[in-house]
Amino acid sequence: MTISFGNPDRPNSYIGKTVPRPNAPRLVQGRGKYVDDIVLPRMAHVVFVRSPHAHAKIGAIDTAEAQAVKGVLRIFTGAHIAEVCTPWVAVLAHLKGLKSPPQHALAVDRACWVGDPVVAVVATSRAAAEEAAALVEVDYDPLPAVTDMMSALDAETPVLHPDMGDNLAFRRLHEEGDVEAAFAGAHKVVEARFKTARHTGVTLEPRSILVDWNPAEGQMTAWHATQAPHMMQTVFAKHLDLPEGRVRVICDDVGGSYGIKVHVYPDEVATAAIAKIMARPIKFVADRLESFTTDIHARDHEIGGRIAVDKEGKILAMDIDDWTAIGAYSVYPRTSAIEGNQVVNLCGGPYDFANYRAQTSVVFQNKTPTCQYRAVGHPIAVAVTEGLVDMAAAAIGMDPVEIRRRNMYADDAYPVTSPAKMRFEGLSHHASMDKLMALMDYEGLRAEQAELRKKGIHRGIGIASFIELTNPSPFMYGIGGARISAQDGCTVRMDPDGSIVALSGVTEQGQGTEAMLAQIVAEGVGVAPSKVRVITGDTQVTPYGGGTWASRGAGIGGEAALQSALALKASILEVAGAMLQSPAEALDIRDGQVVDTATGEARMPLEELGRIVYFRGDTLPKGLPRELVQTRHFITSDYPFAFTNGVQASYLEVDTGTGEVKLLKHWCVEDCGRIINPQLVDEQIRGGIVQGLGGALYEEIHYDADGQLLNGSMADYLVPMAAEMPDMVIGHVETPTMESALGAKGAGEAGTAGAPAAVMNAINDALRPMGAQVTAMPFTPERILRAMGQIED
Amino acid sequence: MTEAFRDRIDISLTVNGEPVEGRVPAGRHLIDFLRLDLGLTGSHAGCEHGVCGACTITVDGQAVRGCLILAAQADGAEVWTLEGLTESGVIRDLQEAFVARNALQCGYCTPGMLASIKELLDMGGVPDRAAIREHLSGNYCRCTGYEAIIDAVETVAQARAGKGAA
Repeated sequence: MTISFGNPDRPNSYIGKTVPRPNAPRLVQGRGKYVDDIVLPRMAHVVFVRSPHAHAKIGAIDTAEAQAVKGVLRIFTGAHIAEVCTPWVAVLAHLKGLKSPPQHALAVDRACWVGDPVVAVVATSRAAAEEAAALVEVDYDPLPAVTDMMSALDAETPVLHPDMGDNLAFRRLHEEGDVEAAFAGAHKVVEARFKTARHTGVTLEPRSILVDWNPAEGQMTAWHATQAPHMMQTVFAKHLDLPEGRVRVICDDVGGSYGIKVHVYPDEVATAAIAKIMARPIKFVADRLESFTTDIHARDHEIGGRIAVDKEGKILAMDIDDWTAIGAYSVYPRTSAIEGNQVVNLCGGPYDFANYRAQTSVVFQNKTPTCQYRAVGHPIAVAVTEGLVDMAAAAIGMDPVEIRRRNMYADDAYPVTSPAKMRFEGLSHHASMDKLMALMDYEGLRAEQAELRKKGIHRGIGIASFIELTNPSPFMYGIGGARISAQDGCTVRMDPDGSIVALSGVTEQGQGTEAMLAQIVAEGVGVAPSKVRVITGDTQVTPYGGGTWASRGAGIGGEAALQSALALKASILEVAGAMLQSPAEALDIRDGQVVDTATGEARMPLEELGRIVYFRGDTLPKGLPRELVQTRHFITSDYPFAFTNGVQASYLEVDTGTGEVKLLKHWCVEDCGRIINPQLVDEQIRGGIVQGLGGALYEEIHYDADGQLLNGSMADYLVPMAAEMPDMVIGHVETPTMESALGAKGAGEAGTAGAPAAVMNAINDALRPMGAQVTAMPFTPERILRAMGQIED
Repeated sequence: MTEAFRDRIDISLTVNGEPVEGRVPAGRHLIDFLRLDLGLTGSHAGCEHGVCGACTITVDGQAVRGCLILAAQADGAEVWTLEGLTESGVIRDLQEAFVARNALQCGYCTPGMLASIKELLDMGGVPDRAAIREHLSGNYCRCTGYEAIIDAVETVAQARAGKGAA
């Protein structure tokens, strides 16, 4: 059974329509259920004593005074937790050479960053636990801290983990073609150094977990704000010595994730360990300072880049030297080498060129660990690539759009393999650029920019083409040995009243997964979306799956939902055929009715079929299959990843007196393949763009030379707020993937991938007549004034 | 913890139109009193120092940060949370506009966002987009990028103004 997507008038055509999210009314009425909203009988609260030092030996721990606080139940040190919880090592076999030391749920001998959990205090109330935690005395013996990225490998820098031999966690060099020859013979060579600041996700709901261990049942249940319930099930089982089948992870409403909540955090594993020790429910909710010091950080890169072009603006070669510092440990189980690896994979992505060299060097330091965060590596690779392309265009006096048109893969060139050895099934760079030009009236804006410049108003237009990795196969994690599912499943069943229940292994983090699944299942079966109830986020209930990461929900989970829905439809029609004495092929289901395919004449409502199957099965032929529940799984196999593409544009004004940037408007044309719900896709892109704009203009975690985090509050770490953000125009080109019947690729990260580059190029477009250029994000007023030579101290 | 915070204080207030009495530690924030003591989990704590706006509630007609006011300070006050605003129907049009425009994703900021918007809409008139953005500049949303929220507020303000004129 297939769906004729080309026909918008087909029956039950919910795929491709804006359908409201079934879970949204609950959330606007204050009826959400986030982890901190859950209260269980005998529940206790855990608070962590964290290292105030970036690097220190842990000496004697005195808990006497803390223990005396009213309400305190137990206090645990690293040694206590280590008795029930094994440490982990975050490496992947396919990231050759990646190393990281064992990490415990609570630090045992040594604390390695400011925020590393050292002692856990459990009390009957959060307030009592916090009061007691402040009274725990830990003797720390400070050790030299490694805090500078570029000198981390120098001989005089102390080795952070002596057992590892040096501070290099991972290095990968990729080389294609003859890079040196291409540079030597080039018409122009442009080079620059770029910096992307250390960010964190700032999920509004802090990390939260509530774990109960019921020894009578031998079952652990974790209510967890997570993106990957099945992965966490495996982790808890493995490190707490429980059978995997006896761990249940439930993920109800989650207050923002963006990759922050897809990792294993030591304090969360410690919470589960404590629940197991105390055999009662234990809740941990991070406070905002803990969010800043212990949520994963990301994007802390310094990159040297060179580009070589010929007279016509053709790219001859790119040479990238990427450095990133990941903190004290590679983060389990996805590892902290992926981001740098992505930079190597993605630089130069939209362009057809032959000679490419890229190296990433991933070093340890005594800071919060970094790991995958929305659009992993993309904002860095896109900023470097698009920054260099713009600089090359300026060097040869070519319009930035023209140089891109001359280098982007032709829309009929696919399939192709990039110089980074990424395989592209089908992209639409030129069609996307054409659409962008029309949407933004590029020529008109250029004219406006020139007019205003005469009046001393400095506006800039920035363009950023990009590719985005979505729909990952096991090539992302599975081949490296991680038990992270790239496959996903969906079970769809029809109940007696003709209503449909769909259980899916992908999760809802607010992006609209449940709406998307409801639409697909509704169309696949032939009922209204309101008749479909979607259940996600419960490892004991849903098919096994990967959850939410790498923009896989629609492309992977959606296809599983479509195939299971079509299978259910076939089952229903088999029963209907027997009841109506008609070949099943001559019947269809439309809007909850079995109909004659040819005439559309209604033959039987689904609730009547349900009544007969469930209550009067005696009237059906003996041996007639009547399985009104079907499960299908989906995994990609032709391509390791389904790449998408797009192009963004930023229009902004630089105040040359204050250095402030005012964002005037932003555009994005994006190709995520088949669009299931246009509104949800647009809003994913808008939200993603603003997350990228934050990185471009505001967000930066600051540390001092001793490794003290300096801006661990929302007053000090700036995030985008409504007043500074622009309206955004979103357009689409649709190039469905042929790997699935649904044809959907991911859309959740495209906005974040391209926005920082577009803003950087727009600022530099505004500054270029003044001979100034910025390449270190965020582009604060100070950095812009310095670039203009207005601050020199 | 200083001894003063151990003191317990009797308070009497109105929450969502219902009389409520409580005996609270002096250091108990109103957001915690609502969530922990009254089970009104529709309000959320985000940063606990008044920056993110997630805990915004209505106290005596004004949008107030639930994490910056002590429960003891709300003695005698009239407090409305999203649960009560929902039941009373006073922001039904706004809630419907939020759903129709997908002006929420994870929903964690939404209760505070709605309380701040209610305050703006209660002032009457049709604020322009810049004014809406400015009014919401203390409510952090990481998911939406704000535009859908601004659209929803604009739609409701225009609809209400239209009704008032009709």
